[in-house]
Amino acid sequence: MDFYITAIMLGLCLSSMSLGIFISMKIFNIPDITTDGSYTLGAVVTAILLTAHWHAAAIIPVVMACGAVAGSLTALIHTRLKIDALLAGILVMTGLYSINLIVLGRSNVPLINVSTLFSKIHFFSNQGYNDALAALLFIGIILCIVTFILKTDFGIAMRATGDSPSMTRSLGVNTNTMKIIGLAIANSLTALSGYLVAQYQNFTDINMGIGIVITGLGSVLIGDALISWWKIRSILWQLVVVLCGSIIFQMVLAVTLSVGVDPNLLKLVTAIFVLLIVSIPRLKLNLRQ
Amino acid sequence: MIELKNIHKVFNKGEANEVVALHNLSLTIQKGEFAVVIGSNGSGKTTLLNIISGAELCSAGSVTINHTNVTRYREYHRSKWIARVFQNPLSGTAPNLSILDNFRLAALRTTSKKLTIGINDAFKKQVQEKIAALGMGLENKVEQPMGTLSGGQRQALTLLMSVMDNTDILLLDEPTAALDPKSSNVVMQTADTLIKQYNLTALLITHNLKDANQYGTRLIQMAEGNILRDINSAEKTKLQLQNMFGWFA
Ligand SMILES: Nc1ncnc2c1ncn2[C@@H]1O[C@H](COP(=O)(O)OP(=O)(O)OP(=O)(O)O)[C@@H](O)[C@H]1O
Ligand SMILES: [Mg+2]
Repeated sequence: MDFYITAIMLGLCLSSMSLGIFISMKIFNIPDITTDGSYTLGAVVTAILLTAHWHAAAIIPVVMACGAVAGSLTALIHTRLKIDALLAGILVMTGLYSINLIVLGRSNVPLINVSTLFSKIHFFSNQGYNDALAALLFIGIILCIVTFILKTDFGIAMRATGDSPSMTRSLGVNTNTMKIIGLAIANSLTALSGYLVAQYQNFTDINMGIGIVITGLGSVLIGDALISWWKIRSILWQLVVVLCGSIIFQMVLAVTLSVGVDPNLLKLVTAIFVLLIVSIPRLKLNLRQ
Repeated sequence: MIELKNIHKVFNKGEANEVVALHNLSLTIQKGEFAVVIGSNGSGKTTLLNIISGAELCSAGSVTINHTNVTRYREYHRSKWIARVFQNPLSGTAPNLSILDNFRLAALRTTSKKLTIGINDAFKKQVQEKIAALGMGLENKVEQPMGTLSGGQRQALTLLMSVMDNTDILLLDEPTAALDPKSSNVVMQTADTLIKQYNLTALLITHNLKDANQYGTRLIQMAEGNILRDINSAEKTKLQLQNMFGWFA
């Protein structure tokens, strides 16, 4: 049972990243894989500041700013130098690995005797419930803020940028600036996932971000399938479904591990699972033809 | 008012596939004038429109709009004067956004898009009233994604969107090319009405000589990147459709 609760918690912590990938991939139509780097960056900054006895809440803006810088860098390389977004993302991600390692000072920092976000809530006697409450509150606030932004006039311009760039430019929007802001938001959300996971698992590891973009992608794809299946138009519900996609994804991984799959195969299982999600709708289509 | 002086536009300069799309073209369109542009494929009509809108910058020459020199201004910067309707209905609207979202963005064409929620009941009602005037029965579908509408419906809505905010200049690049005759008529009638109602300076590209004959206050024929014929209002009213076919011999 604990196993599944951990999966749900991890899904919740990672759902901020899924919202970020939803923004870059579905709203801006940009395949952004800065994610691996900005996720670790969030966790690294969290570890350094927590061990320097910063308050967990005071770290949040720093983490978001770091993620935003990473995202804008990718977008700047993409829009100003006209380099493919995928390549721009790989470049920043690769560079970030060294930066993360330098900032962290070594490859692993435990967060044992520090006061984390999760150790601040004592509502229930069971610490597991307190953790869940903290994560739910945190993600709930993020959800509300992102929903609000996407509903504003600025948010309409954001959504139009990915949907019809020619129209958006003709309506007075600098689509390049929009992309920079969009990737900045997406990666600050990703960094927040790093912030949450580091505190939940009580350590930051330099390799924790490797392949995490696939997890986010898989979550968004699950969410997207549900969105088109249920024909969801409301922005709030779309985001809620993406969030659920993140939890479903972690649950599936947990089930796989619980039936005895070697943990070393976890990344392979993840990749195959995402491949399945992407290919099942196509296979169905082929069968029908 | 639009003033183009000695415009040159060269694509792929210095390469084997170099194309001179516009060659020393000068043109002044007065406020309230409705110019119809015809010409064979590749004669530079779309390039001319792109140079005016800022979607392309000219290689040489100057572009002036309402006495402001905008030659180096980008498209999103010139949008405070210019609204566009594209040949492809897909280019002028955002398919995954609701009709209401599309109209909201169009209503902010000349101003900044702020972090405030601008779609309220009053705005919705205003949009519904405008759409109802089209008589297409779309006023009750404003929450639907734009992509669920037909090309003709989308072009008609794009026209309405172009006058949601202060507009001086309306550029239309073959707005009816993808439409059936009935939808074409609706779109052309709507364009004509809006241009007169808002006293817009308009430029319409078309391959339909009947439309070119029927609409507009000025007729321009382009060939090989320049203006071949320029016919004013008085001459245009006298012009017979049959005579126009001879121009393309
Ligand atoms: N982006 C571009 N790159 C290279 N060449 C271009 C580009 N855009 C236009 N051209 C060339 O410029 C010339 C004029 O093209 P333009 O699109 O303005 O013609 P048009 O009059 O609009 O034609 P049509 O009636 O087919 O729409 C053509 O020879 C075209 O191949
Ligand atoms: Mg053309």
